[in-house]
Amino acid sequence: MFYIHCPYCDEHREEEEFHAKGQAHIARPLDPDACTDEEWGNFLYFRANPRGIHHELWVHAAGCRKFFNITRDTQTYAILETYRLGEQPSVTSQS
Amino acid sequence: MTQPNRLNSGGRIDRDQPMQFEFNGRRYSGFQGDTLASAMLANGVDLVGRSFKYGRRRGIVAAGAEEPNAILQLGATEATQVPNVRATQQELFDGLVAQPTSGWPSLNTDALGMVGKVFGSLLPPGFYYKTFMFPRFGWKLYEKYIRKAAGFGRSPRAEDVDQYDHLNQHADVLIVGAGAAGLAAALSAARSGARVILADEQSEMGGSLLHSRDLMGGKPATQWVADTLAELAGRDNVLLLPRSTVNGYHDHNFLTIHERRTDHIADRAPEGMSRQRLHRVRARWVVLATGAHERPLVFANNDLPGCMLASAVSTYLNRYAVAPGNKLVLMTANDYAYRTAFDWQDAGRDVVAIVDSRADVSGHYQEEAKRRGIAVLLGHGVIEARGSKKVTGAVVASLNADGSAVAGASRTLSCDLIASSGGWSPVVHLSAHTGSRPVWNDDVLGFVPGETLQQMKTAGAVKGSYDLVACLRDGAEQGAEAAKLAGFDATPATTPEVDSWPEAKAMALYSIPHTQPNSRAPKQFVDLQNDVTAAAIELATREGFESIEHVKRYTAMGFGTDQGKLGNINGMAIAAKSLGQSIPDTGTTIFRPNYTPVTFGAVVGRHCGELFEPERYTAMHDWHVQHGAEFENVGQWKRPWYYPKAGETMQQALDRECLATRESIGILDASTLGKIDIQGKDAREFIGRIYTNAWAKLAVGKCRYGLMCHEDGMVFDDGVTSCLGENHFLMTTTTGGAAGVLEWLELYHQTEWPELEVFMNTVTDHWATMTIAGPNARKLLAELCDDIDLDKDSFKFMDWRQGTVAGVPARVFRISFTGELSYEINVQANYGLHVWEKLFEHGEKYNLTPYGTESMHILRAEKGFIIAGQDTDGSVHPYDLNHGWAVKEDKPFSFIGKRGMKREDCVREGRKQLVGLKTKDPKVVLPEGAQAVDDPKQPLPMAMLGHVTSSYYSANLGRSIAMGLIKDGLNRNGDTIYYPLSNGQVVEAEICSTIFLDPKGDRQNV
Ligand SMILES: [Zn+2]
Repeated sequence: MFYIHCPYCDEHREEEEFHAKGQAHIARPLDPDACTDEEWGNFLYFRANPRGIHHELWVHAAGCRKFFNITRDTQTYAILETYRLGEQPSVTSQS
Repeated sequence: MTQPNRLNSGGRIDRDQPMQFEFNGRRYSGFQGDTLASAMLANGVDLVGRSFKYGRRRGIVAAGAEEPNAILQLGATEATQVPNVRATQQELFDGLVAQPTSGWPSLNTDALGMVGKVFGSLLPPGFYYKTFMFPRFGWKLYEKYIRKAAGFGRSPRAEDVDQYDHLNQHADVLIVGAGAAGLAAALSAARSGARVILADEQSEMGGSLLHSRDLMGGKPATQWVADTLAELAGRDNVLLLPRSTVNGYHDHNFLTIHERRTDHIADRAPEGMSRQRLHRVRARWVVLATGAHERPLVFANNDLPGCMLASAVSTYLNRYAVAPGNKLVLMTANDYAYRTAFDWQDAGRDVVAIVDSRADVSGHYQEEAKRRGIAVLLGHGVIEARGSKKVTGAVVASLNADGSAVAGASRTLSCDLIASSGGWSPVVHLSAHTGSRPVWNDDVLGFVPGETLQQMKTAGAVKGSYDLVACLRDGAEQGAEAAKLAGFDATPATTPEVDSWPEAKAMALYSIPHTQPNSRAPKQFVDLQNDVTAAAIELATREGFESIEHVKRYTAMGFGTDQGKLGNINGMAIAAKSLGQSIPDTGTTIFRPNYTPVTFGAVVGRHCGELFEPERYTAMHDWHVQHGAEFENVGQWKRPWYYPKAGETMQQALDRECLATRESIGILDASTLGKIDIQGKDAREFIGRIYTNAWAKLAVGKCRYGLMCHEDGMVFDDGVTSCLGENHFLMTTTTGGAAGVLEWLELYHQTEWPELEVFMNTVTDHWATMTIAGPNARKLLAELCDDIDLDKDSFKFMDWRQGTVAGVPARVFRISFTGELSYEINVQANYGLHVWEKLFEHGEKYNLTPYGTESMHILRAEKGFIIAGQDTDGSVHPYDLNHGWAVKEDKPFSFIGKRGMKREDCVREGRKQLVGLKTKDPKVVLPEGAQAVDDPKQPLPMAMLGHVTSSYYSANLGRSIAMGLIKDGLNRNGDTIYYPLSNGQVVEAEICSTIFLDPKGDRQNV
């Protein structure tokens, strides 16, 4: 069970307080009506499934209700950082 | 009652506290301080079970968690039955009742030997593998025999009478194991002020020191243990958990500890005390001081009762004052085990011989044996145990230099106990739980913890360090290091000096050769619990299984509760030898939680019965209970389902409720509908982006129905949202969808549109909501409310008003889910029951009838109102529901779902669409979920058109009604379709409008 640092509460809390919401940094297209079916389909359904570093969107559901991002290693389950919405990860698969 | 194997003095038992116990229907006695196993051995109980596959006689082998045979069923009553208890880990208490678990039809019947032989041939190696490859045939055939023959206990048939707790703990340093290394680690960490938890699976902390005869700092080892524990117990930053097994090492230093608080006291827990606890520990740093298990040597007939681990024999002698026999043959490949022969001799028993596989070894231990006059056979092995019911002799022979073949003639030594030691296997289980593969260490002749993946240190024998002085020092250092890393100022505790002899190099030996090849020699058991032999492993490698993981699946080695504690390394060694490669080349071994079995009680804790899941009640719940409501679970809510009167069937109650509502007036507790309060200057814009329909012009005092879609255009929730103020809205959601919708709103506000000034919060529990519906609704409300103008032209359908109802401030919404004249009265939850009762006080003359969720479903279906999640399933968009009227295409912002429902697949012809259905026979109610076809006579598999989503008998219409999805259904009004049912019946139905009653809406607009 994960031990997650909420960047808004600035505390570690048990995983039970959080919900995972999938891959992070998937922006809703600004003009959906201008998207082709393929573009919209990519936005809707296509997600990375990396072995290793992954950026995920989580929500502190039973806490402050804030959404935030987690950089996590999908192999070791180690959480390498958590950061607020609008911020960029400092740990990436390139770094 | 005599205890023939009990020594007259010594041990850590209290001879002044005798205890009676029962095993297999016979009564025995033991002492306070015994384990069930030591007491059984003291009484000369040789036979504890029958083997899983071959039905062979089995006795106690070990003294701890690694015991493979003495797995018993405990419990004096049906409610206190506990399966899978290791007798070696169960403390004796007065009145303990134990039964053997394996063995059919009974433990002592030797006919079973024959049965065992039959099963042996039924269950060849690869049995599991082959069975699971062809489960349809194999499992059915074998299951009932296996279940019966294999034993391994049964669950109680009566409800557990004891309580179990979960405790959440935080620790700076969690130390696992309270042997020499663990105690030293605890001293270092505790003195630094860190919060320390020290957990040990045994009743007494001290590990091997409890049966050690070493002097530590000139004093008995047990004295050092006592002093250390006294210091630790005196510190309030230390939590000592004896009888507590750390069973799982999970992500982010989360560990689970299974504490048995009363299992050693009585059959059931004392009043007011929980029987067991599951500690859920989040530790900054962990020190694993889990020690090592001794490995037996594999030889022919090594499963005969009377074959034991050398260290177990020492434990029984020194800790429990039990000598399980008279004449010992000790076989070893190392010096350490010589101590067992010395212990045995000091207990006044006869050591027949020490059989040492090493040909040229001479040192302190050999000299001591010589001094004691004990015969030592160097370069020899016990190749076979002799005896029919128990050991009566040991066949010994000289071996070649690497122990791979018998080198000389064999002879038989008369004895009744064969103790063996092949060396030690570090207990790497917990480290392996973290995903770290153990690595082979040639110096240690065993697997040690691999790469460290978590905040974890290891100390002592788990690393393969077996010297007591080294273990103590390592423990002290690792304990200090862990505390330092956790942020404390720590220094290693000083540890006592120990006089011990240096040991000569141990020999890498796992199985003893026989004069016959393994396939023809008497069975040589590797895994006693799963009846896996050396020959079976060799067969597996011959059949092409080269990876140890495959060999394990093929032979079942290391399965079950055993998890390979005793046999895994020997099995790997045999596989490696057979494959002509090294042990590390053959693979490593991975262990998974739990280390030893955990009771369901401990897993469940208090989360059972009423506390299994939170239950939510409305403010009027007690009234519903008093008025005989049957309840339905909706999410976590308990909602009245219907209110049967005496003698009524469910359908009769529903008919009565539905008729009364449309004829006069009904009332529904609608408090559970999700309510979200939305405020802010951009609230209106925000709602417009979330819902599919228009919100720009909704005036204060007005309500509107809205559909909510996901980005793929599919409906997932619906409800009425009311404009409370220019910047203030109240959104309602389905009962089950409330939490999900709020999270959905937050998601979009926080991630996509943070620039919108909008705030939202759940107010579901703040309000009690009661819906009065029916032609007399206005009359009733008027009796209780004099500050709202209820005139039909001033308080119109889809308006809401603030006012006072029954003397209480109320929001009254004129909305309708029944199609009747209807008001939803919302008051502060605390006033709910008062207003509800007032309504009944005044409503009696109108035959005010409470109705539940089932009548609500019928009444809304009569009007064709959908229920999101019942008539939709995530593949249905608003146009499929014929709800295009609720989609405002030309809103300036591309609302959620708009683009999705324009995808090629969403606008094609022939989608499944929601229609009404009337069965040809009005009395037949279609089953929900039934699949429609055009031609019921077509060959299988039939082309299916869609399924029934809602179906009821409507008393108001005098017939059944249904809704369902039908391919191209909106273009097929009047068509006849068929529903072939699983019972062979075919129901004929006609496609119609979903609005069965009052299509113009006259009833709700009065
Ligand atoms: Zn938070």
